[in-house]
Amino acid sequence: MADTTGQRARSTAGDLLFRFRDSDLLYSFLHSPGAVISAMVALTLILLAVFAPVVAPHDPFELASLDLMDASMPPSWLAGGDPRFLLGTDDQGRGILSTVFHGMRISLLVGFASVILSVIAGVGLGLLSGYAGGRIDAVIMRIADVQLSFPAILIALLIDGVVRNILPREAHDQLAVFVMIFAISISGWVQYARTVRSSVMSEKVKEYVQAGQVIGLGATTIAVRHILPNVLGPVFVIGTIHLALAIIIEATLSFLGVGLPPTTPSLGTLIRIGNEYLFSGEWWITIFPGIALILLALSVNLLGDWLRDALNPKLR
Amino acid sequence: MIEFIFKRLLQSVFVMLAVAFIAFSMFHFVGDPISNMVGQDTSLEDRRKLKEDLGLNDPFPVQFINFTKNAIRGDFGMSYRHRLPVSDLIGERLPATLELSLVSALIALLLGVPMGVYTAIHRKGLLSRMLMSLSLVGVSLPTFLIGILLILLFGVQLRWLPTFGRGEVVQLGWWSTGFLTSSGLKALILPAFTLALFQMTLIMRLVRAEMLEVLRADFIKFGKARGLPMRSVHYRHALKNTLIPVITITGLQLGSIIAFAIITESVFQWPGMGLLFIQAITEADIPIMAAYLILIALIFVVINLLVDILYVRVDPRLRVDAGSGHG
Amino acid sequence: MTLLTIKDMQVVFPSRRGDLIAVQNVDLTLDPGEILGIVGESGAGKSTIGNAVIGLLEPPGIMSKGEVWLGNQRINNLDEEMMRAIRGKRIGMIFQDPLTSLNPIETIEAQLVETIMLHLALSEHDARTRAIDLIEQVGIPDAAVRIKQYPHQFSGGMRQRVVIALALCAEPELIIADEPTTALDVSVQAQILDLMKELCQQRQVGMLLITHDMGVIAETTDRVAVMYRGQVVEIGETRQILGTPVHDYTRSLISAVPRPDRRVERFPLVTYIEDVIEDKPKFELATHWLGQTQKFQASEGPLLRLENIHMRFTTRHAMFKRNRLFLDAIKGVSFDIREGEVFGLVGESGSGKSTVARVITGIYKPTSGRVIYAGQDLTLLKTRSETQPWRRQMQMVFQDPFSSLNGRMRVQDIVAEPIRFHGLANSRHEVRELVLDILDVVGLGSGAAARFPHEFSGGQRQRISIARALATRPRFLVCDEPTSALDVSIQAQILNLLKDLQQELGLTMLFISHDLPVIRQMCDRVGVMRSGSLCEIAETEQLFTRPEHDYTKHLLALMPKFDMLPGLTKARRYYGNTQSPPSKMQD
Repeated sequence: MADTTGQRARSTAGDLLFRFRDSDLLYSFLHSPGAVISAMVALTLILLAVFAPVVAPHDPFELASLDLMDASMPPSWLAGGDPRFLLGTDDQGRGILSTVFHGMRISLLVGFASVILSVIAGVGLGLLSGYAGGRIDAVIMRIADVQLSFPAILIALLIDGVVRNILPREAHDQLAVFVMIFAISISGWVQYARTVRSSVMSEKVKEYVQAGQVIGLGATTIAVRHILPNVLGPVFVIGTIHLALAIIIEATLSFLGVGLPPTTPSLGTLIRIGNEYLFSGEWWITIFPGIALILLALSVNLLGDWLRDALNPKLR
Repeated sequence: MIEFIFKRLLQSVFVMLAVAFIAFSMFHFVGDPISNMVGQDTSLEDRRKLKEDLGLNDPFPVQFINFTKNAIRGDFGMSYRHRLPVSDLIGERLPATLELSLVSALIALLLGVPMGVYTAIHRKGLLSRMLMSLSLVGVSLPTFLIGILLILLFGVQLRWLPTFGRGEVVQLGWWSTGFLTSSGLKALILPAFTLALFQMTLIMRLVRAEMLEVLRADFIKFGKARGLPMRSVHYRHALKNTLIPVITITGLQLGSIIAFAIITESVFQWPGMGLLFIQAITEADIPIMAAYLILIALIFVVINLLVDILYVRVDPRLRVDAGSGHG
Repeated sequence: MTLLTIKDMQVVFPSRRGDLIAVQNVDLTLDPGEILGIVGESGAGKSTIGNAVIGLLEPPGIMSKGEVWLGNQRINNLDEEMMRAIRGKRIGMIFQDPLTSLNPIETIEAQLVETIMLHLALSEHDARTRAIDLIEQVGIPDAAVRIKQYPHQFSGGMRQRVVIALALCAEPELIIADEPTTALDVSVQAQILDLMKELCQQRQVGMLLITHDMGVIAETTDRVAVMYRGQVVEIGETRQILGTPVHDYTRSLISAVPRPDRRVERFPLVTYIEDVIEDKPKFELATHWLGQTQKFQASEGPLLRLENIHMRFTTRHAMFKRNRLFLDAIKGVSFDIREGEVFGLVGESGSGKSTVARVITGIYKPTSGRVIYAGQDLTLLKTRSETQPWRRQMQMVFQDPFSSLNGRMRVQDIVAEPIRFHGLANSRHEVRELVLDILDVVGLGSGAAARFPHEFSGGQRQRISIARALATRPRFLVCDEPTSALDVSIQAQILNLLKDLQQELGLTMLFISHDLPVIRQMCDRVGVMRSGSLCEIAETEQLFTRPEHDYTKHLLALMPKFDMLPGLTKARRYYGNTQSPPSKMQD
């Protein structure tokens, strides 16, 4: 048994590598400047976020190091700026550059975790729904229909709101990140499930599936070993675009004040905090986290867009 | 065809019931309704009596049926915070949200569809490429950031347009409208564009994708081979076939404009339902959350039904019953 | 004077791997009223010629060299505006798939009237009258009523008639028909070809008929150009090309066409085509693992017996019973297959022959009836452990070489899967040895093992599919249209392979096809199916020489006769004794 699994894993990895080398994917990537640039931007931002504790000039969570004398300073190139704080400081004297790095870290954490959870739930349910059909399919798809009656952001908002009210007030801030991941991943599974389901439905009538039945393979083997690898292409595309969306949803919820608290500020929380100072002219507190958010979402979206076109042979 | 509509109707009822159940469950499981309604000093006896009066001791299904009955009549109880009937609160806020959503939907459609058609027909053109890149920026910009940037530019820097509230409104019966005063119209511009931008880019990309799909169809090639002018190929044959799938998804998108209004209203302090809802979430005001949820679902379901009927009108394949499909 | 002249045409498709030359050095002429066939296998560039003439090459293709003359006007250098005035007006085009060639949301009338008014100076009223006329001329009854309908209300054959009417709208001088009957059933195909022939003669229209089908060429064309790899290798009178071909390619192509008139032992090896593989395994099959399989219990009577099989599908689910729609794919089919014989099932699409294959192999469970294999009623078996030993004995080769292999698995894993699953080998090493041997047997060689299906051609993929079926050491093999998606030269190779395997391994075979000549080459006995029922079962030679059932006679009459083939003398009329008139028949 271990033997066949090993074989399978190797051939799937080899398959991917081979396809990557042979197909036009790499070629198309290297020949679309948009994709290359956005990949570089996204990678840089991700690295900055992951290594935020190392690369950030200050630790915004180290309360002892904060000095209210440094509060509300503009970026260093403007009058009143301080070379220690390249992008200025907020009302508590925290360097904007450092808070942005740490904020991205949290935004990306929530984004990736939600997408992974959504993919697992969505692909699993979609595969089950499409392959089993009948009543199971009907139940899963009706739930999906109901959920589709609302935009993802509203679902996330609602789940977030309800869960917050169930939890004891003290636990809110500590659990906020998990609540957020939970809310966003629940709001996102439907798209995967529907896409996978419809691909499965068109795959399962193909003759290679019938060939598996003629050999005598069981339903689970056919679904997981034969059909699943053939329906994952679109999942990558949706996943990339969903990552951008998850980051935006998280930022939006945090901006609305129902997301992450100021103690673990994401980009959205930072923008919310800064928004209060917008009219008093301290625009940098809002704008720099905003730019980071846009860069992040845009570069990921550009990658997703390119990936979709590259994987769709009809658009060549 | 009648069966088709009937089926959709049943489906809608199912969706509404499911949503009602979710809303009802929120009442039941989130917080204690009694302590949310009365003050600290109410005696245990009074609390028990109130619980009995409100029917909270009835079995779960009975409570759900009562809840649904009340909901159909538009009665969602009293807001925990405002101490006012939820239906009044929502009724007061509804016009603001609907006016904002309507204007945004019009902007999104009137700009989005032509831009989608243009970028599909002139796929390699300079303007198309620019529009496509801009549209990616459009879907990557969170709505609230667009709002903030517009406020910063037109409100704070240029001081051209108001950045919060609805301006002066005129009361027409129970409906308050901002369409009739210049300050009302001015106040509408920024929020409406903020709300429309995201939907517009989505609609544009959708129309483009569908149209490109249709342009690859055999009947388009056959049309060209018959010498039909490009005008006819594009606008008569391709566009009409494009609009059929577009209608469905656009319907869904327009439904979600009302929900997306939450964010816009929050940024611009627009006194609509969304703002009420956000406050309700932070304050655990369950009756308002429940009512809002059901209202959104209702609007969605109605739009969907309209779309289905429109669909049948546009697509001849659905108009004729299956029996006569043989020659 | 000459209607169409093509001089030294070259078409290239620039790509990142260099320019792909689709067509080169092509010189053709066509006279009014003449039908010129362009025949070739897939990728030969035949469709590209038609698209280049009408100026609608798929991007990024360009005609990089040569001239196209229509009458005395050169048309390949016209600007888009002038070219459009020619399309539809002077050149009409007919495409392969009638189901997608018409705008689904406009009535037939609207599409006709638009085209007529565009090219002829007629009022809307006159255009309408002309539209009804045209619809009548292409053999659609009740023209005045039908014209108000939408495309989906017409069957495939009727839609192709509408497409022809649209192509004829403005009385063009030239018609380019690109595989006009490939998507249609054989009886409809004959009617459409007859209609096109008739219209060409009446109106003195020249036609470029592009097809892969030698039968269509033999029955329809006056002259034929044979294409191979973008070049015309031979051109001449149809009778001469088919009867006494000169070029090697033409010769091997024609020898690969299954003969309808008699059975041959093997197809002569089609030497000109490159991916021919000599099927000579390095070992004796009979002494090899593959041949060591026949320790099956000898059974009394036939190996397989179907008793009164019914199969009903629900095509529309509805809440109320009366609104449900059912399709009875098989209505009471019974037959026997004896050990070691090749039993054929023939019929048009929708006759239920593929469903029979799937009921036998257990993909579908029949609504009622019994499937008795080696004395065991398979429909009574419930659990997988009960069915597995029987499943192993029965394997299947599928129709579509592209969807019948899992594109994410290597060839070695595809072939090894049944061996591992049924525990037929003791070690990984043994599995690997067996896989390589089997690949050798089907003529692929061990180099194929580590590659993926998409690296192979259709014929090679079909060999992989056969290898997978052999890997369980089956006793009974079901072949469901194994060659209908293949070019004719590849078909010959695959049929040879199947014949050899059947004989050397002593397989019992159910061979399903819509193609009567193929059936004649392959089968010992044949059953003829029509809309879910068996019309007739007979020994193959008897069926072809003395058919009993009217439907069998009808099918045989539609078979292309190839009476110009070498060795055939007696010319027979195309529509021998069909019950149906050539045109104006409902389909």
